[in-house]
Parts: sequence; C-alpha cells; structure tokens
Amino acid sequence: MPLSNRHLLGLQGVPKEDIQLILDTATTFREVLERPIKKVPTLQGKTVVNLFYENSTRTRISFELAEKRLSADSINFSVSASSVSKGESFKDTIKNIEAMKVDMVVVRHSAAGTPAYLTKITNANIINAGDGIHEHPTQGLLDMYSIREKLRKLEGLKVCIVGDVAHSRVALSNIYGLKTMGADVSVCGPSTMIPRNIEDLGVKVIYNIDEAIQENDVLNVLRIQLERKAREYFPSIREYAKYFGITEERLERNGKDILILHPGPINRGVELSSAVADGLHQIILKQVTNGVAIRMAVLYLLGTLN
Amino acid sequence: MKVILKNVSLFHPGQKLDEKKTDILLIGGIITKIGKINTEESADAKVFDFTGKHIVPGFFDMHVHLREPGREDEETVVTGCNAAANGGFTGIACMPNTEPAIDSAEVVNLIKKQSKDHLVDVEVIGAATVGRKGEIISPMAELYEAGTVGFSDDGVAIKTAGILKRAFEYSKMYNVPIIEHCEDETLAGGAMNEGINSTMLGLPPIPSVAEELIVIRDILLSEYTGGRIHIAHLSTKKSVEMVREAKKKGITVTSEVTPHHFSLTDDSLKTYDTNFKMNPPLRTKADVDEILLGLQDGTIDCIASDHAPHSAEEKEAEFEHAPNGITGLETQIGLALTELYHKKIISLELLVEKMSINPRKILSLPIPKFEEGQTANFTILDLNEIWTVEISKTKSKSKNSPFDKRLLTGRAVGVVNKAKMFYQDEFIAL
Repeated sequence: MPLSNRHLLGLQGVPKEDIQLILDTATTFREVLERPIKKVPTLQGKTVVNLFYENSTRTRISFELAEKRLSADSINFSVSASSVSKGESFKDTIKNIEAMKVDMVVVRHSAAGTPAYLTKITNANIINAGDGIHEHPTQGLLDMYSIREKLRKLEGLKVCIVGDVAHSRVALSNIYGLKTMGADVSVCGPSTMIPRNIEDLGVKVIYNIDEAIQENDVLNVLRIQLERKAREYFPSIREYAKYFGITEERLERNGKDILILHPGPINRGVELSSAVADGLHQIILKQVTNGVAIRMAVLYLLGTLN
Repeated sequence: MKVILKNVSLFHPGQKLDEKKTDILLIGGIITKIGKINTEESADAKVFDFTGKHIVPGFFDMHVHLREPGREDEETVVTGCNAAANGGFTGIACMPNTEPAIDSAEVVNLIKKQSKDHLVDVEVIGAATVGRKGEIISPMAELYEAGTVGFSDDGVAIKTAGILKRAFEYSKMYNVPIIEHCEDETLAGGAMNEGINSTMLGLPPIPSVAEELIVIRDILLSEYTGGRIHIAHLSTKKSVEMVREAKKKGITVTSEVTPHHFSLTDDSLKTYDTNFKMNPPLRTKADVDEILLGLQDGTIDCIASDHAPHSAEEKEAEFEHAPNGITGLETQIGLALTELYHKKIISLELLVEKMSINPRKILSLPIPKFEEGQTANFTILDLNEIWTVEISKTKSKSKNSPFDKRLLTGRAVGVVNKAKMFYQDEFIAL
C-alpha cells in the first residue's frame, strides 16, 4: 500500500496507516544500517535536492546520508536566510532547480508554510525538513520510531513534550503524530512558552515538571534555543534550569522509570543535566541513528510513488 | 449632453426617498428633471434603460491606499480612481502612507491635481505626525488649508498617547477626525490572528488585544480632549463592544469595518495564501458575529475597503515575509450586498448609509442630493445580478485579492459624477 500523499509537509492530517507504513519501512532500513555495506540501490537514478534556507547541520547530514544510503544523487543547496528577503528570488531559485530535473526537494526554511508554497510552483515531491515554528515531520516520525522501538508501542503511552513548545516545530509534529497513533500527549514548560489555545489540539498543559515526570512514560525534551528569541520568554537560564531542567535528582525524587528523548543539540545544564544527558533514561543517540532510517523510509516511499 | 435614465428605482435614505420606476433627465451632468419624461423633453437625448436598477447617492470609500507618490508600480491616483469607478464609487479618501507621506501641502496638491479631471472625487487624509513617525504632529493647519479631511498615521497607530493627545487638541480647531489604525506596536509584528490557527500553522501571532488596547486608549483620549476619533478597520469583538459603550456614553467616536473582516475568518489561512494576509488580520467567527451585530445596531458607521494594492512580486513570498493588505475597491459592493443585504443582516437603507452617507458625514463632505438643479452624483446598483469575481479583469494595477472567482449577488453597474458616467467599461462625458 502506498502513501496517501506525494509530499510530506507535516504530520497534521497524515493517516495512521501512513505513519505505520513509514515506521515499519524504517525498521527494514534500520537493519540495512547495521550491515557492513550500508547501501541499497533503491533510489538509483533519482535526484534529490537538499534546499536549506536555514542552518542545520544535523538534519541536513541525516538526509544526505539517507539519500546516499539509498543510492540517490543528492545536491546540497544552502542559502543564508538573510539573502532571501524577496519572494521572487525564492521562486526563481526553485524554478532553476526544477529546470535541472530533480525528483525530490528536501526543504528547510525559517518561514512557516514554505514547503506548502513549494508544492504549488514545482512538480517534485516535497519533504519538509522544518518550516519556521510550524512542523518538522521527520523529527516527529523518528521520535515515534524511537519510542516504539524502546517501549514496543505508541498507543496508550503518556508522552509529555517539555520546553519551548511555542517556538518549536518539533512539538507540533510530535503532537499530531502521537495523537494519531493513540498516545496521550501533554506539554510542559513556562507558560510564556506554551501557545494560546494549545488545549484545542487535545493536549494537556502542565506547568510543573515534577508532575510531568510523575504522570508520563516518555518526556520529549525540546532544546531551548538560547541563540534565538527564546531568551526573552523566561527571566534567566538559571531560573529555567531550576524549575524546568531535568536532573538525576529530580528523576530519582519522582522514583519512576521514564524514557527521555531530545532532538539535539543539547544545552547541558539547561534543559537536561549532563548526568541525565548521558544517563540510562535517554535514547538521544539512538534517535540520531533512527533519524537516518526514518528519512530513508520517507525518501523511499515518496520516491517510488511515481 | 442630454441623458435620460429610464425606469430606475430612486433610493436615498437621507431624503427618505424611495421612488420606483421613474426617470431622470440629466443635462450636462445636472439633474434637470425627476419623473416621467415626455417625448418633447426626450428629443435627441441618449437613453439608458435601467429597469430593475437602483440609483443611490454615490458610494464613498473612506479608506483607500493609492500608492502615489512612491509606489506607482502598484497603483496610481488614476488607476485607483478607475478601480473605484469600476467598483461603484464616486468618491474615495486616500491614506497618507505614501513615499513621501502626505504631510505637506505639496503632496496634497499633487494628488488633487492628478485626480482633478477624474469622475471620482479624491479626498485626502493627511498624516497625523511628520513622516508618520509619531514624533511631532504634522502641519495640520497647512494640510487642512490644502484640503485634507482627516488625519491618520494609518499603517500604524499614532505612536504614543502623548502625541495623540496633542494631535486631538490641535485637530479639534478644524473639527477634523483623527483616523486610527489601532495596534499596539509592542504586541504587533506577527503574521496572523493569535489563536489555535496560528499555533497550528506555526505563524507568528498578533493578539486581538493589540488592537483593543489602542481602541480604548483612543476613546479615552478623545473623550478627555474633545477631539474626534474614527476607528479604522475594527476587527475584534471587544473593539466593537468598546465602541458601542463609548457611543452610549456620548463620546464622539465613529468606526468602520472592511468587507474582509465581515466575510472571512482566519480559517482561510490554511493554504498560506498571502492574499489572505492583512493587518488587522482575519479574526475568528465570534469576532465576525459581533461585527455583524455592530453593523446592525449602528456601532459601526461605515464600510470601507482598506484597498491596499501590492505588487505580485512582493505578495509572492513566504507568508511571514509578504506585505499586509488586499485590494478591495472592486469587490466591496458585491460583498456587502451578498453578505449583508441578501443575508438580511442590514437593510438597503443601512447599507447606503454606511457606504455613502456616513463616510461623507464623518469627513464633513456634502452629501449628494437627488433634486433638480443638483450635480448628479450616484451609483447605479443591480441588487440581484449573480456574478463571479475575475480579479484579472479589475482596473486596479495590483491583483492581490482573496476573492478571485468568488460568486457574488449584486453589484454596481455604473456611476455618475462630475458630468461623467462610467458604464459598461467606459467613461462617457455627459
């Protein structure tokens, strides 16, 4: 059964069967990544452009590796966001790239909705690699994959997304994906970082991190983007770390087994203490490996749709 | 030229006039006779049969951006006037956020000169502060003498309460209103209304309270100084409620709403189409419902388009980077008739008041009269024609409208003013 949409713009509205298919396909590719020769000829002859309008080393490398593992030809196109203030140049760039006969575009952009806009001006399959504070669907998928791998299910699990939910594209993709898969989702963070009306998405809001730890099976801890505006939303890093940071002591105090995810890169001593970041609860590096498998699955499923 | 408009319904709420199936004789653009025209009188007259059409006092749009001087690639005084005539307006007032801003008599004179020979009357709103920067009040006396009918820093609110207080006090000498774009700048800067939709779309939000804070600031300062306040394009439930309360207390506040704020909600943004991006942003159904109540009970005095032409290049951008605003002159009457008149929100009488009489009253302009000896200034309406908006065929130089292909009921079929008529896509000298 193929995917129901020829683009992956977000996880909002993506049916359960599609998510299931992507996760199951990733399992197959996960096995490929353990082989001595980690390459399959699946996307031979297909051309993928990694169009990155925003700095992202991790996501870009993960996609690039996934493309190479699938034997696709990939090109990297990175533009500093500052040189793209006018829409026409963006449209022209896309038209130029399309004229080179590419099959798929992986796009990262600081403005929400850009991948959706791309689908209107090009025929290539579009994969959203993060658009503004909207969605980051492959991150959502790899988080679900990692949780499922560890806890062997998603349905009925209690998952809390912790941190700057308002300025995170990871949060929305997790919320949509996990809810579709039957998990019980909550968010926890300083109230200035919880978007208005988030409850309307069927998400519980928790302001106390200890309560979040007690109530949940999984914490997906977001990165506090210190380099961005995030700093304006809480009084000090010290205060954030004290009231929302996850430490060993806090985990012990709440005496409960819990799984911790983090999309990286970690601010050690802010959202996670160093001990927790390297500790037994976390699966942070597993997420990175799984990320490649998930991206292979998405590229494969879209690239073979015709 | 001698012209007879036959079989018209003459409708003028200001004169309590509602005459069915009558004729009007115009000679050189002057109303010469109203009533059955005999054969002798109709000799060598050009006859237009307007059976089933309504003739109402010429519609006036008090909130238009003409872009001249500065952005003539998007609109000029003449193309804007053509759009107005095509949309059914005989008069418009243009906003001062041009480059340079309309903060000197020279710029007022330029606009007056460009529009002098056009059918459409162009009234000028002067900047309330020099360069619309909110630092020093503009030369209001000089601007008033040059013919401005209001003052505004539209695009933004007057920056501080201190400057606004002075602007009210100074403009009071001329009984000219301050027209405010109500938005607190410290809460502004987003791309759409704050709510579940902004969260789901990942777009930076503009809270409704950003508007409401300035509405209440302006009402309080207007009351305190005795200056006149007109709230432009109000868009939230609370704004309507506050204006209603203020009017009850006898404060001289007036207000307007745009067709998009009574016919669309922020649900329309789901495709990230930048033609739905405007400021104030589209709000929620609860806001629209209150706006409809405000139109019914008189809280909202006028309907105005906030016609804001933008080049395709600029609108064709990522949503967050695209400029705010949509064109509106040529869809406004159709939307008002479809969404307000045919849905029985307001009567034709109220509609004509809000689109013709009230804006002129607010700007202290004469109201067209249907009397023999008066210059003919009217809009000819077909209340029931069903038509589809074709933005590519509009007269505005810019095409940024969210209403392309929308099916509407009712439109203006022509306008008459300044001894000219616009009908069936051409200007006819009378």
